[in-house]
Amino acid sequence: MGPKGGSEVRPYGRIGNTRMPDHPDAAESGAATEEELLAALRRGDEDAFAALVEKHNAMLMRMAMIYVRDRSVAEDVVQETWIGFLESLTRFEGRASIKTWIFRILINSAKKRLRRDRRSIPFSSLGTEDLDPSEPMVDPERFLGPAHSRWPHHWRSTPPNWGDMPESRLVSGETIGIVRRAIESLAPAQREVITLRDVEGWTSDEVCNVLGISDTNQRVLLHRARSKVRRELEKYLDDEKIA
Amino acid sequence: MTDPAEMSCRELVELVNEYLEGELDPDERARFESHLHECEGCLNYLNQMRQTIELVGRLTEESVPAPAIDELMSAFRTWKAN
Repeated sequence: MGPKGGSEVRPYGRIGNTRMPDHPDAAESGAATEEELLAALRRGDEDAFAALVEKHNAMLMRMAMIYVRDRSVAEDVVQETWIGFLESLTRFEGRASIKTWIFRILINSAKKRLRRDRRSIPFSSLGTEDLDPSEPMVDPERFLGPAHSRWPHHWRSTPPNWGDMPESRLVSGETIGIVRRAIESLAPAQREVITLRDVEGWTSDEVCNVLGISDTNQRVLLHRARSKVRRELEKYLDDEKIA
Repeated sequence: MTDPAEMSCRELVELVNEYLEGELDPDERARFESHLHECEGCLNYLNQMRQTIELVGRLTEESVPAPAIDELMSAFRTWKAN
């Protein structure tokens, strides 16, 4: 059951050629490839290192900016991450994937940076966020009451079909900007999970592993994060009277 | 929608993520899908969540500043020399 599972009840609107994040291990499947890469790095192969940097730099920047908001500080954190990676190269045993190993170094670099620089978000708020299980994903006002004679708990008004709007609008740069800002405004623990899962395309196992959270916790954080981003999109898209 | 065995819209939205993650047990999944076949609002909501996920995936297309490769390559050379 893949992370993007669920059944094909209906085709999904007209988002058409949108691509899903690449499958995390598609490009690095097979231990041989990772072993070869490690061997090349240990030999001092500059092309191998340049390719690795090229592949992960943007992901590391996106993740660093969850912990430190300032771009130039995030760049420092990523720089330190790569240096930490090189320093640990000889003792890496290949039990984790290179990707998750680099990411762990990133978290440590970011924590170190935060201890030095308290202007950023307090790290203690990460992962210890209060998750109220009774907090609904959708505003209860959107539904009819329990005493409604015919349709208790039914939508008061039907959510619109976003597939009815031109694709050029749904996937416009402006819409993507809304998505980015919505994610930036999330609580850090939710931001970590949605960034790793839906931006970077990691599996839930990878995410639980690297963040040290339970599967249930991961799922709740992801659901909250996705629901909030959807709500921001709805505010923006419905505002423009698309239907 | 008055049969208690049937899922309400309000109940369905709470299960959307588990549905997308493939984590619903077969009974719940059947109730979920049978509701979906009859409810345009919930089908639209489910598709909005799918579209949201796809749009989030598009953030990788935005350019991000990153440490200059030159500096990293010189760090690599220093490491190699030691």
